[in-house]
Amino acid sequence: MMLLPCPWCGPRNATEFRYVGEAGPRPDPASTTPEEWRRYLFMHANPCGPVKETWYHRAGCRRYLAVERDTATNEVRSAVDSATGVAR
Amino acid sequence: MSSNNGHGGHSRYSAWSLVRHGLTPKSGWPRAWREHDLESSYDAVIIGGGVHGLATAYYLARDHGMRKVAVLDKAYIGSGGSGRNTAILRSNYLTPEGVRFYDRSVKLYEHLAADLNYNVMFSQRGHLTLAHNDSSLRTMHWRTEVNKLQGVDSSVIGPDEIKKLVPYLDTSADTRYPILGALYHPPGGIVRHDAVVWGYARGADAHGVHIHQQTEVTGIDVSHGRVTGVQTNRGPISTPVVLNATAGWATLISDMAGVSMPVQTFPLQAAVTEPVRPFLDTVVVSGTLHVYVSQTDRGELVFGASVDPFASYSMRGSLEFTEGIAGHVLELMPALHRMKLLRQWAGLCDMTPDYSPIMGPTPVEGFYVDVGWGTYGFKAGPVSGEAMAATLASGKPPEIISAFGLDRFTDGRLVGEKGAAAVGH
Repeated sequence: MMLLPCPWCGPRNATEFRYVGEAGPRPDPASTTPEEWRRYLFMHANPCGPVKETWYHRAGCRRYLAVERDTATNEVRSAVDSATGVAR
Repeated sequence: MSSNNGHGGHSRYSAWSLVRHGLTPKSGWPRAWREHDLESSYDAVIIGGGVHGLATAYYLARDHGMRKVAVLDKAYIGSGGSGRNTAILRSNYLTPEGVRFYDRSVKLYEHLAADLNYNVMFSQRGHLTLAHNDSSLRTMHWRTEVNKLQGVDSSVIGPDEIKKLVPYLDTSADTRYPILGALYHPPGGIVRHDAVVWGYARGADAHGVHIHQQTEVTGIDVSHGRVTGVQTNRGPISTPVVLNATAGWATLISDMAGVSMPVQTFPLQAAVTEPVRPFLDTVVVSGTLHVYVSQTDRGELVFGASVDPFASYSMRGSLEFTEGIAGHVLELMPALHRMKLLRQWAGLCDMTPDYSPIMGPTPVEGFYVDVGWGTYGFKAGPVSGEAMAATLASGKPPEIISAFGLDRFTDGRLVGEKGAAAVGH
């Protein structure tokens, strides 16, 4: 079991969330090259250690969260609301 | 070591040697493969002592005459994905490229025990993929037609035939997920995965390959766009050819050579029950219920699931998995409600965007990859070894893996196997 500290709902089991993936800026489709766009779509840093990622609290507040998690241990270091920056 | 008798420096395993060793006290079986000192240079270094790495080394030495080959593993051989999978073999994939490739692997597995003089216990007991709704039934028909065109034995069968093959399966219509039909694939089955690893290790060793356990690669030397060597915890090795044949560490090893990977690493959990008398002589898979079940020769039931719902390098088991798999197995076979789980474990799966592997050269000359094996790497071990050996020896991937190159993610030629590669996607 892994707990995610949701800034709105408190610590909740990870099964309540949808894992969206690594966080990063989305290139502008109008001005980007196909190579850059495919790199954005397919390439991942996939580190073994701390990573910034996005989770969606589908069975809770239904907010997108910016989460910092260690992928080696699944320890969650922080979770804030992606849009408002609200932390617990 | 015993004298040379047609299998490198090893004694041959046979019924006669079994009797002789059984009747001679303290005779002692010779070691299956030898330890060597780490040399300062090799013609090729293979990172990862699993079935892919060892098979590549074996075919490289046997078919391409490349003898100065080292296989490095940071732990012990077969300790990664090769020892953590659920040992299921099949070739009933969805794309012609995939079907051809996995069919070659099943063919190699059929002759592997004789080739390696090592009993890998391949049991071609038949493989059933259940359809619980119209859309999966449609995919089963699709796969059947693609399979038939490639000469692979697959057909769609109905609940009555399924019941004959697996009497314990609940095929009644009033279940939560009624079984509407199944993709039946008679050549599919299970194999003893540790034996495959050890058979290849023994074969590679007999052809002069050096296997180094407890040898962790800490860096890859690249100079002017080409590989010159690797750094390990036991010292540097100079080599012009490096193969990344790891599962779970595809990104981390490739990063050392400066090559980005379209890979995300997810744990996949599996479990095994206490042994019971034989009652299940096919492999049963349900994509809808995210579960696959088979019974080993010892009588244990082996359960596998889909990958965990988030990327991680942690191999800790979870209660959610145990609860989920128990519920799903009981949905299929209610008679198992008193079976006890003995243990559960996890392995790491390097998932690619199209559920096909990444095999071949990279932008760094001399650095090759055989990675991105998701949840389907073990069954592809022999064909991958054969194809990667040809790639390493000639610098050019053979036709059978030409669709799986890393460059497909820059020019958009994906090989979509999501519908057939794994459960629960």
